[in-house]
Amino acid sequence: MLSRTADSLFWMGRYTERAGNIARGMQVALRMAGLAGSLGGAQDEWRGLLVSAGAEHGFRDTGRAVTADAVIRWLALDAENPSSIANCLEAARRNGRAVRTALTVDMWEALNDTWREMRARAGSAAEQDALPGFLDWVRARTLLFNGAAADTMLRNEGWLFVHLGVMLERADNTARLLDAKHPALAGPRADGAVAYAEWQALLRSVSALRAFQWVYHTRLQPDLVADLLLFRQELPRSLVSCHSRLRSALEAIAEATGGRRGEPQRIAAEIHDRLAKGRIEDVMAHGLHDWLTAQIDRNIELGNAIQALYLNG
Amino acid sequence: MNAETGVRPAYQGIAAWIAQHGLAALATKRGEAEALFRRVGITFAVYGEGGDPERLIPFDVIPRILAKSEWDRLARGLTQRVKALNAFIGDVYGGQEIVRAGRIPAALIAQNEAYCRPMEGFRPPAGVFTHISGIDLVRTGADDFYVLEDNCRTPSGVSYMLENREAMLRLFPGLCSDHRLAPVGHYPEELLETLKEAAPPNCKGAPRVAILTPGHFNSAYYEHCFLADEMGVEVVEGADLFVEDDIVFMRTTAGPKRVDVLYRRVDDDYLDPRVFKPESMLGVPGIFAAYRAGNVTLANAPGAGIADDKAIYPFVPEMIRFYLGEEPLLQNVPTFLCERDQDRAYVLDNLDKLVVKLARGSGGYGMLVGPHATAAQRAEFAQRIKAKPQDYIAQPTLALSTVPTLAEAGIAPRHVDLRPYVLMGKDVRIVPGGLTRVALREGSLVVNSSQGGGTKDTWVVDDGPAKPGLGVVDDGPAQSQRQGG
Repeated sequence: MLSRTADSLFWMGRYTERAGNIARGMQVALRMAGLAGSLGGAQDEWRGLLVSAGAEHGFRDTGRAVTADAVIRWLALDAENPSSIANCLEAARRNGRAVRTALTVDMWEALNDTWREMRARAGSAAEQDALPGFLDWVRARTLLFNGAAADTMLRNEGWLFVHLGVMLERADNTARLLDAKHPALAGPRADGAVAYAEWQALLRSVSALRAFQWVYHTRLQPDLVADLLLFRQELPRSLVSCHSRLRSALEAIAEATGGRRGEPQRIAAEIHDRLAKGRIEDVMAHGLHDWLTAQIDRNIELGNAIQALYLNG
Repeated sequence: MNAETGVRPAYQGIAAWIAQHGLAALATKRGEAEALFRRVGITFAVYGEGGDPERLIPFDVIPRILAKSEWDRLARGLTQRVKALNAFIGDVYGGQEIVRAGRIPAALIAQNEAYCRPMEGFRPPAGVFTHISGIDLVRTGADDFYVLEDNCRTPSGVSYMLENREAMLRLFPGLCSDHRLAPVGHYPEELLETLKEAAPPNCKGAPRVAILTPGHFNSAYYEHCFLADEMGVEVVEGADLFVEDDIVFMRTTAGPKRVDVLYRRVDDDYLDPRVFKPESMLGVPGIFAAYRAGNVTLANAPGAGIADDKAIYPFVPEMIRFYLGEEPLLQNVPTFLCERDQDRAYVLDNLDKLVVKLARGSGGYGMLVGPHATAAQRAEFAQRIKAKPQDYIAQPTLALSTVPTLAEAGIAPRHVDLRPYVLMGKDVRIVPGGLTRVALREGSLVVNSSQGGGTKDTWVVDDGPAKPGLGVVDDGPAQSQRQGG
């Protein structure tokens, strides 16, 4: 497969997943901002969201104050934010269009219809009453795209690179979401009820609130919430689950390209091994934030290695 | 269609369909066709003019119909013409026999912008320069077809020929099967075969073919991808390729892979910054040297544009006589070259009867349709012609035939042209039909999509006696492979 094609497929997967993740993050923040007396007030909620979306620097450069309205516009629609939902959907479609023939009709329609409807919705999406519906729509479109890819794509290299992009983005997102909430999971508890709501919202954002009950059969506890998102293979959005799939996708790519292996395989195996053997007690003892920061850096390294070996050609 | 005589026999099946279902049903079908085209994404990108950058070319649901007997005559004429054009290009970069024989003025070649000096003395594999040509034809009477222009560089539009047929088969299955339609769906296979036959001398084993595109900003990008997909080959951009030791490689996830034949949809000037425009980012440095070394084939050959230049066009009948020793089967439109004193005097005296075109224009820009122009417009063109006579040619307006078309106020006659695609490998191959372009504005003669033109499906219908058991033409095996895409 052409390196450029693999590059476009990979980034198409990443951008689609990113759009969905930003919508998920915004839903959590909306819910929390509505709760009186949250840890640092509503403003912290929005700042935390900017951090977890990796959009803080860009936002700061605009010189705008951190208000709900400003952050919502920045994350959902702003043309200057390369990772705004609107730009992610645009970038996903642009990447898809550049390799139109590598997509199935269903995937293309999912991308193209999303892009067309996004343009129609852009005028009103950030309005208070329209926002929840808009965020639900973005999540649904991401699910549709992932479903179209999973159900219709030939299981060849093309599929592997889309999958790689989605999984790397998802792993990154889960780590960042968790990190944005680390004060509620590890820090001093200002208010038990609010902290509890934070955990709930965090789980909800990765569609795992019910899953928690099914796995642990107990009340929410911060170390178990972290355990679920980091180390439980059963949860499709957990770090270990994403990295297990990243590792096998990279192995399959090596097979498909004549056995060529390199840094991506080495780093992916190392991360996965560490996650598979990880214990939440050690992480909490070490400090959740530090542990996650190191993990996010490893994800970035893995992304760079994939880029260097396969995508730049 | 003819106002006096009513519906031509070929269109009676269509007329019956409309009589039975009504015009409203036809308009509904047109809406369905548009939705279909939008869904598959067959758009024509027009940048820099505002509005939707991805436009649909309007599609008219009433097909343009040719009888097989008419088509067979056309196909013979097309084969003859393309063989002569190809021989001419070989001669231009070879010994220039035709100039030495005094049949074409030397200056027309030596000073022609389309003349490609780096091609001098080079003979591509099998002597083929124009692997793919599009010949634009118009009809003026029952048996009179004129060639409007030849396109020997990178003619586009063939994806519309294929997609229009797909749309018709889906929207009017009954109507299609009632007519004995010649299939067109095997075009991509014929194209791939043609390209493989053009493999360079140093290619060992099965040739690896790819399409070279300028990228997704190009107006025909959809077509590049579509053809690549249909042929099962890669569509590459310049940056996907590199040259090492005069061999062309593409960058893949499994490392470099050698490329043997490039169907390039990048213009000559942008192919190789080392030989042509040095600032080009679209091309591949060193690819021309690889071409001349016999390690890769470029289709069409660089410099093939010398044959479709509007100033060369008047000499095509002469080429046919000179290279093939035959009389032309297709007619040329009489053409006045404004740089000739005698021609220019005639043109300036008869602007109200003539169409004036830029000798090197395309896309219907910068032309004057004399009979429809105002006195002021004609005066302006007269000035331009006097200032730069070598830039202009003129032709009489032909009494173009019209075909029935679905317009705002019902079915109305509209002018059309026809671009069949001629493939040249070891043999000449022509898929029966082509792209019919239609001038949707009433009375308009300009069919270019950039000027409000649309397209129709082109039906070559068997008008011979029905063969038992073959009365209904099916899609044929060649089309069944197109279903999944």
